[in-house]
Amino acid sequence: MKSSFRIRAVAFLASAAVLALTACSAGSSTSGGGSGSSPGGDQKLSVGLVAEPASLDFTTTDGAAIPQALLGNVYETLVKQDDSGKIVPSLAKSWTVSPDRKTYTFDLVDNAKFTNGKQFTANDAVFSINRVKTAWTISLKAAMDVVASAKALSPTQLQVTLAKPSNDWLFRMTTRIGAMFSESGVSALATDPVGTGPFKFSKWNRGDSIVMVRNDDYWGSKPFFQQITLKYFKDATALNNALLTGTINVIGTVQAPEALSQFTSNDKYQVIEGTTNGEVLLSFNNSRPVFKDLRTRQAIRMAIDHKALLDTCWAGRGKLIGSMVPPTDPWYEDLTGVAPYDLAKAKSLLQASGAAGKTLRLRLPTLPYATSCGQVVKSMLEQAGLKVQIDQLEFPAAWLTTVFKNADYDMSIIAHVEPRDLGAVFNAKYYTRYDDPTLQGYLAAADSGDEAAQVDNMKKAARRLSEQAAGDWLFLLPNLIVADKNIKGLPTNAITENFDLSKLAR
Amino acid sequence: MILRLIERTGVFLVSLAVSSVLVFAFMAVLPGDPARVALGVNASDQAVAELRQQFGLDRPLPTQYFDWLGGLLHGDLGTSYVSKVAIGPQVFDRLQVTLWLVVAGMIIALVIAVPAGTVMAARHRKVSGLALSAVSQVGVAVPAFLAGILLIVVFAVKLGWLPANGWTPPAQDPGMFLKQLILPALSLGLVQGAVLTRYVRSAVLDVLREDYLRTARAKGLRPFQALWRHGLRNAAVPVVTVLGLQLATLLIGAVVVERVFVIPGLGSLLLDGVSNRDLLLVQDVVMVLVLAVLLVNFIVDVLYVALDPRLRTAS
Repeated sequence: MKSSFRIRAVAFLASAAVLALTACSAGSSTSGGGSGSSPGGDQKLSVGLVAEPASLDFTTTDGAAIPQALLGNVYETLVKQDDSGKIVPSLAKSWTVSPDRKTYTFDLVDNAKFTNGKQFTANDAVFSINRVKTAWTISLKAAMDVVASAKALSPTQLQVTLAKPSNDWLFRMTTRIGAMFSESGVSALATDPVGTGPFKFSKWNRGDSIVMVRNDDYWGSKPFFQQITLKYFKDATALNNALLTGTINVIGTVQAPEALSQFTSNDKYQVIEGTTNGEVLLSFNNSRPVFKDLRTRQAIRMAIDHKALLDTCWAGRGKLIGSMVPPTDPWYEDLTGVAPYDLAKAKSLLQASGAAGKTLRLRLPTLPYATSCGQVVKSMLEQAGLKVQIDQLEFPAAWLTTVFKNADYDMSIIAHVEPRDLGAVFNAKYYTRYDDPTLQGYLAAADSGDEAAQVDNMKKAARRLSEQAAGDWLFLLPNLIVADKNIKGLPTNAITENFDLSKLAR
Repeated sequence: MILRLIERTGVFLVSLAVSSVLVFAFMAVLPGDPARVALGVNASDQAVAELRQQFGLDRPLPTQYFDWLGGLLHGDLGTSYVSKVAIGPQVFDRLQVTLWLVVAGMIIALVIAVPAGTVMAARHRKVSGLALSAVSQVGVAVPAFLAGILLIVVFAVKLGWLPANGWTPPAQDPGMFLKQLILPALSLGLVQGAVLTRYVRSAVLDVLREDYLRTARAKGLRPFQALWRHGLRNAAVPVVTVLGLQLATLLIGAVVVERVFVIPGLGSLLLDGVSNRDLLLVQDVVMVLVLAVLLVNFIVDVLYVALDPRLRTAS
């Protein structure tokens, strides 16, 4: 279902999400080295990211940088995702779903407070949910279209009625769409965010950093660090240098995996490798005549030696997936066997479809993984008998206009970093121009059915995409974190929109 | 002299007007729609159209140009498309950061170039002069950002003497400010110093060959005394011209060096603006840079007249 699977899907996060934590001197810490949940006195930390938010208001400005900094840290949601991808309680202690799967009743915590002093109640939840439809402008707000009504049964009980059953809605409530605002705290969202989270927004030095301080009135377990500064680095080398010189303590998502060796070979640092939601897709423009033939699409998938490609262009870090589902989704299956590397078969398929010798235009965004993998893809496809013409488009602006909006391309490479974005990426209106009623049928059944039906139908959808070769999934971006040995609480997987600062400790 | 001043002022104003048209035209043909970048990849065409209207991008280009120009003349740089914050104060804040770099870089360049260039000229036939000359050639060949990267590797990463990057305003922590200023200022200053050394050397060499210097030597002054009393002011005329040109290079060099050292100056503002298609911001920053360069050239022209009495009477 398009509306419920409507997801923003571009690689801002991948190009963006380099995190680093700076330990600004601990000062006179009162309880150094406590466990994750016990506050570490006045210890400070500084977190560096690659993409600085353009504004602090994610209701009107798109981009991964704002929720990455604020969601879960300053703003909280009713439900959230844990590290394994499961939906768990947050501001809602528990919830029930009616038998017709249209009515959700949430029991809310009674001790949460906004940083402006106001108590969090079911009325705030109603206000926040309704406000998505009325005041938000970013396209993600469509995820709330399915809500028919929201009402407060009591100060701690919220009832949300959907127009039709939608499993996806509850999942979207774990993202920025589900952020809880205070009615008296939305007057200056772009500069002064007010939430119930473990941190309070303190200061923004534009072009440099955002400072957050521990919310000492936080209703849950209080974070370890008294102050966390998010520092922004545009340049991967500058970020590495900052860690090497002790200015920062953690690099959250490594931008250049080939530079990892300087950290793995040094026992001052720990390297964490996990998964993300970032499927690096070799996209086909399915509206082009050359891609109408299934044999051509299959041939391209079979001409690519994915293991060799990953080793060459992303230092072997990452996971081969074979379809549009990351391992943390409940319906994940390893589909790399659907179109295994087989150069001879690829050649004969291309001969049969008549595509051999044709020139395809591979239009790449100026992102590190796209540029380096693009060259490998070109050489592999040329071995199979295609001609590939590469050109680079500045990301985001030029790529968005040319490839994404106008679909003026044959193939491109981009990481789709949004969670559960299979249906959003593969439909006729999206830049993939993939029109497939069978796929849409599976997606609709998955959204409206019970949990078992959802998993079953999503598996079918993923397999369908892989078998139809609607694109080729080069690999899944890894979550690579480098940190000082003594930093605890770092996430293994990066599958949510936010970087959880509250669990970090020393 | 007044005539010359009026002429230079006229040239300055005309250049400014022409560059404003060029800057605006360049932004207008840049591919990529600011409204679409702001709204993200799934935005509907209708939402994009609404935002374009809100930004005023749907108006005819001449209207947009004169609107922008009118604002500039009143000191109003407009409001950013992306952050929705007034651009003027942002540019002013960032300009201060960049000016620290440029001024510190210029001072380092002068401190290196004047003595080194003079020595090189005075000893141009001796080993010490030739050696200095060779070193300066290497300096000329190295771009500032590369010098920056090398300095970081040696003094921050290997030796750990100075921070690798970052910026602290002087009012907040003067010690940290100086520590963080040294490496970026050096990477600008060393390279510019090397270039400037070449010019100082040739200017001093020219002066050394002048008759009046021979006369000064003949009346008993030692070579450096003669140069100090009679030569330097004459040598200063061509050097000041180059200095003006170099200030412009320094300003552009700072844009790149800011990126290497993660400094929130005008350069990083400009680069962010370009990638966000915050066109108004980019237009303003480029215009400020153009203004700075033209202003420096104008001042150099005026200084020229002050330094060289011959120019005063010639006109």
